[in-house]
Order: sequence, then structure tokens, then C-alpha cells
Amino acid sequence: MFVLLLLGAIIVELFIAGLPAFQAFGIGFIWSTDWDPVQEVFGAGVSIYGTLVTAVLSIVLAVPLAFGIAFYLTELAPPWLRRPVGTAVELLAAVPSIIYGMWGFFVIVPAFATYVQPTLIDNLGELPLVGFLFQGAPFGTGIFTASFILAIMILPFIAATMRDVFEQVPPVYKESAYGLGATTWEVMRGVVIPYTRISVVGGIMLGLGRALGETMAVTFVIGNANRITTSLFGPGNTIASLVALEFGESEMGSLKLSSLLALGFILFVLSFVVLATSRYLLRSRLKA
Amino acid sequence: MSITLSSGAVPGPRKDPEVALRLGRRRKRTDLIIRTLCVLATLVGLIFLASILTTLFYRGFEAMNLRVFTHVTAPPGSEGGLLNAIVGSLIQAAMGTAIGTPIGMLVGTYLAEYARGSKFGDMIRFVSDILLSAPSILVGLFVYQILVLPFGGFSGWAGVVALSIIVIPVVVRTTEDMLTLIPNTLREAVIGLGSPKWKMIVFVCWKSAMSGIITGILLAVARVAGETAPLLFTSLGNNTWSTDLARPMASLPVTIYAFAGSPFEDWIALAWAGALLITLSVLLLNILARSLLRTRK
Repeated sequence: MFVLLLLGAIIVELFIAGLPAFQAFGIGFIWSTDWDPVQEVFGAGVSIYGTLVTAVLSIVLAVPLAFGIAFYLTELAPPWLRRPVGTAVELLAAVPSIIYGMWGFFVIVPAFATYVQPTLIDNLGELPLVGFLFQGAPFGTGIFTASFILAIMILPFIAATMRDVFEQVPPVYKESAYGLGATTWEVMRGVVIPYTRISVVGGIMLGLGRALGETMAVTFVIGNANRITTSLFGPGNTIASLVALEFGESEMGSLKLSSLLALGFILFVLSFVVLATSRYLLRSRLKA
Repeated sequence: MSITLSSGAVPGPRKDPEVALRLGRRRKRTDLIIRTLCVLATLVGLIFLASILTTLFYRGFEAMNLRVFTHVTAPPGSEGGLLNAIVGSLIQAAMGTAIGTPIGMLVGTYLAEYARGSKFGDMIRFVSDILLSAPSILVGLFVYQILVLPFGGFSGWAGVVALSIIVIPVVVRTTEDMLTLIPNTLREAVIGLGSPKWKMIVFVCWKSAMSGIITGILLAVARVAGETAPLLFTSLGNNTWSTDLARPMASLPVTIYAFAGSPFEDWIALAWAGALLITLSVLLLNILARSLLRTRK
């Protein structure tokens, strides 16, 4: 009962607090790209864009890795190695997000600025159609770096879910496929994945939900600029990072504060939808 | 799909040994490539963990000395430590867990013992799971709205409440999971002896699920120990010595956040020292929780 009230209270409070902003800017608040504290004009467009782009990109980066890890842990690894490797991957999930932020800021950003980004810009920047994604100065920070860090952070969640659902495939199914002469990969593709498809998508959604609301790590590395850049290396912001950065500079009761809380409300709606979908898809696994 | 008629004894296309061999080789090769990629993926994951840990140990130990534990935070240039942040973190994490745990346990017990299979129970479980993965920054905003704004200022209490909101769903989840593991025959035996339901729950179910519940509490502590975002808007941080919960209170993660982003060498060093402390304690708590769970199994 209490928990139910809590969730309801969070939604209602954020909505009430954000109401002045919605009233002042109308529904256009959601896609307006202005963020001008001096003239008191605020819009959520840029941060919503940044949130979605980083979250989706991090999923793109994390899913193949997570799949590889889950595949390795369920089918390939020798039994004595499974527990230590599995635990190590799970520990990756336990590292606080601020540590990822620091590590990203002091290790990944310099590495990206000197090695990864110049290479990508030189080699891919001239390509037609996709070239614009890889242009710009190699600062090391930016949307791509943020997605990269996010990918590492959600990797353990996705990998753990995938491993758990892969393990629930009845051994008889796999054994009969092996008995027909299938290779390990063929068993995976033909038996395990079709059997677990829905739960795997649920696990990915769970990762997406995490990536949407991640704050501290993103704040460190995204570059924090309120504009939409087409290049993946350009700076940007996300809802969570914008709120974390600007909150300290907003006065109580100001329109800016209200706009930030309205952003919080939008973030809540976004993650609620994603997490609810994830739970819906994973329900069969939870019951088992 | 067309039906192939063949003249041989075996239905299906005629087997060319050459083709079959090539097909077999290709299948084996694909399999090998994918296996290698999977091993590589796992290695990459482990490398990330190793990189984070080595960076932390290297930079953290470099900055670690006794002063970190004996002095409070100070302006850049003067010799400062992290004492107030460490104590602040301990107080807030302990209080947050102390408030969140009983509520979480009660909700979890309700779900497992009273509301099994009921619609209302399903709804609570759903909401609790959403809260478990909801962005923690929203919890901070929420507590800011209900505690900081009305009472006119940031306070340690607000931080404690924010952390307890994060603790609750973690404890709910593990309590419920652990209680569902208890065999029903045990419950029936107790009820059969004529004990009321509350006695069965308190003296039998909780008792036998205790180690699992403690695991959940440890995991919850580990989770809140590293939380930054909710504290940013609630207890704010404090650069002087203060154990007064009614005033802004320092905490390790927030201090790290402030120091790591600063341009001062000694502050950054302190941030690394703090990061090492937090990560070590969080990882130790996790490993402890895991080993507890394993001995139970």
C-alpha cells in the first residue's frame, strides 16, 4: 500500500511542480529547443533528444557484448569458470555510477580524444550518408562517449537477464538439437533464441530503462551543451544531466526550477513506459 | 518449398560428398567465429572491470593517507581530508537503511504471505519493481519537493528519506523472494499446531528466511552508499564538520562529484581516495552478501 502511494506521490508531486512550466510554454515545452536562463525561456527538446540518442546508442553497443557474455556463460565456459566470471560481470553492476563517471572522465575521455575519435573522424567522416555522424573536433567528451559509458553500465544487467533466461531453456530441447548434429551456434540460434526471444527483449528494455535515467556518469562526460548536434562526437545533454547541473543554480519557486521538475516528470513518464514494457515482457520468466 | 523427387533410395536431393564436406566446414567455421567473438565479448567485459579497478587502486592509493580520515574537507591548497564526508555518508546510509528496511520487510511479507495471487498484490509488486529500476535522480527531485521546499532548506533528514525510498524496493524484492522459497508444509505445520498467522510469520518464516533478508539489506546498503543524484538535491553537501541532521550534510559521493570536477590537483586526488573507499566498501558488501546467500544454498 505504502509503496503504491509512494509511486503515485512521486508522479503527482513532479507533475504539480512542473505545472508552471507546462502552463508557461504549453505543450511545445516538450520539443522546444530553447534553454535561455537569462530570458527565462525553457524547452525540453535538446535534453529529450540527448536522452533518447544516448540510451538507444548505448543499447546498440551493449546488446552484442551482453549476448556474447551470456552465450559464453551458459554454453561455452567450463563449469569451474562460470561462477567467477558471472560474479565479476555482476560486480560491474555494483560499481556506483559516480565511479563510472570519474573513470570515464579521467580514463576514457583522454583515450577517446587522442586515439579513438581522430581515427573514426579520419576514416568515416568522409563517407557519404553516414559521414556527418563522425565529423567535428575530437574533444573526447560528447554523446558518443556518454553512450559508451552507459553501455558498460547497463551491460551487466542485460547480460545477467539473458543468462538467466538462457538457462531456463529445457535441456531436452538443446540436447535433441545437438543430437541432430547441430553446432553450438546453431543450437543457440535455432533453439535457445527462439525459445527466449520475448524475455531477451524484456532484458534489453530493462537496460534501456536504466540508461534513460542514469545521471552522474553522463554528467561527467557528455559535454553539457544545450544544442542538438548531428555529430556523435558533439556535446549534448540528457534530462538527468541537465537537472543535476542546473538544479544548484535555480532559485526556489523560479520558472527554471519548475522547468527542471517538468523535465523530471517527462523522464519519469519515459522510464515508466519502458520499465513497464520490460516487466510485461519478462513476466513469464518471473512466474517460472 | 518445393518437393524434390530423387531417384535414389533416400528422399531429398542427391548427396554430393564434396558439397556436404564444404557445407560442414562452413558450419564449423561459423560456429568457431561466433564462439571466438563471444569469448572476446566476455574478455572485453572483464577488461572494463579490471580497468576501473586498477585505475581506482592506482590513483586512490596514491592519494590515500591518514589525513583523509582525520581532517574535514578544506579549500584547495590547504591540507584537507574527507572525514566529514565519510561520517556523513555513514550516518545517512545507516539511517536510510534503518528507516527503509522495516517498511520494505513489511511490504515484502505482505506480498508473500497475505497477497499471493491477488490483483492488489500484483499491482504492488509491479510498482515496487518499477521503483527498483526508476532513475534515482527522480527520488531526489521528489524529496526536494516534499521535504526541502516546505521546510525551507537542505537537510540531512531529506537525504536520509531519499535513501530510504531507494532501500525499500530492494528489501521488498529480496524479502518476498526469500519468503516464497519457504516450503508451504512448514507453514501448514505451524498453523496445524494452532498458532496464529502472525506468530507463524514472525517466529518461523522470518526466522528461516533471515539470512536471505540480511543479504537483501546488505545489497541495499551497497546501493545507497554510492548514490549521488538523490543526495545532490536533499542533503546538498557540507564543507564543515556537522552531525546535525537538520542541516545540510556532507556525503562521500557528492563530495567526489564536486571535487572530481574541480581544476585543483589536491581535490582531484581526494576524490580518487574517496572513490576507492566507496568502491571497496560497495564491492565488499556485495561479495559478503553473495557468500551469505551461497552458504544458505
